Amino acid sequence: MKIKIILLVILVLISFSKGSFSNELKLENKINKNLRCLICQGQSIYDSQSDFAESMKLVVKQKIKAGMSEEDIYSFFKIQYGEWILYDPQFNIKNFALWLLPIVIFLAGGIIIIVKFGVLKKR
Amino acid sequence: MKNKYLKIFIIIFFIFSFFIFYYGLKQKDLYTTENSGIQKFPNLTLHDFFTNKQTSFEDILIDSNYYLVNIWSSWCLPCRDEHIYLTQLKKNSSVKIIGINYKDKKNNAEKFLDEFGNPYEYILNDKDGIASIEIGAYGVPESFILNKQKEIVKKIIGPIDQKKFKTVLKIMKNEN
Repeated sequence: MKIKIILLVILVLISFSKGSFSNELKLENKINKNLRCLICQGQSIYDSQSDFAESMKLVVKQKIKAGMSEEDIYSFFKIQYGEWILYDPQFNIKNFALWLLPIVIFLAGGIIIIVKFGVLKKR
Repeated sequence: MKNKYLKIFIIIFFIFSFFIFYYGLKQKDLYTTENSGIQKFPNLTLHDFFTNKQTSFEDILIDSNYYLVNIWSSWCLPCRDEHIYLTQLKKNSSVKIIGINYKDKKNNAEKFLDEFGNPYEYILNDKDGIASIEIGAYGVPESFILNKQKEIVKKIIGPIDQKKFKTVLKIMKNEN
């Protein structure tokens, strides 16, 4: 009976430690998927097996272990390689039109529909 | 009246799009980090190639007006072409050449140096390629020219050829 309890405790402990491990791995994969491979520029380093992508994955792993957050790691790569290295572009003065234009067009379309067809007046 | 505005609007729209695409096509679509990235060379600690001692860049980058940090490997074919220029550059007293051996086997690297000569003042080992990423390298071979203050003056992505060799010499003459 005692052995069973000890085994149970050990198993529970293992499952907990594995949980944190898989969280780290999840974060690592998430970051890897958002970083561009230097050699094959249409791929993320998660998908790539080129030498430099493998090295970049190691760097990401190291930085996570060192306790750096996702944002810290992105800004590290941004300083080294420019914003181009990130797949998810950040909002800035160069690309604000790309981010805002769809919303503006959507709102303008809505206004045209409301004015032209008098959706509000009918009520 | 309404039609007239519409026509003008359409014409302006087409001219606008034309210029956007015209300039868009002219832009290079291959991104390199030649003009961007870090300014100051990071101080990393790596193992020395021959003695395997821990060596930091701060200890090596002294007593010279210029430093050329060259990432190379014995398996990299363009590195062989580039090597002639590095040996030539070794004769220049105002520059110290430092090699980073990227993901290489020691045997092969030694053979490479025996065959083509060793232009490097120091060679540091980068077995897993982490240091090259920390420096902001883009591929093998790649060279960084640093000035006395250890600031990156120029990055040369790919092998040094006749043309790039001349620019290297020019940089060292101009800033001296």
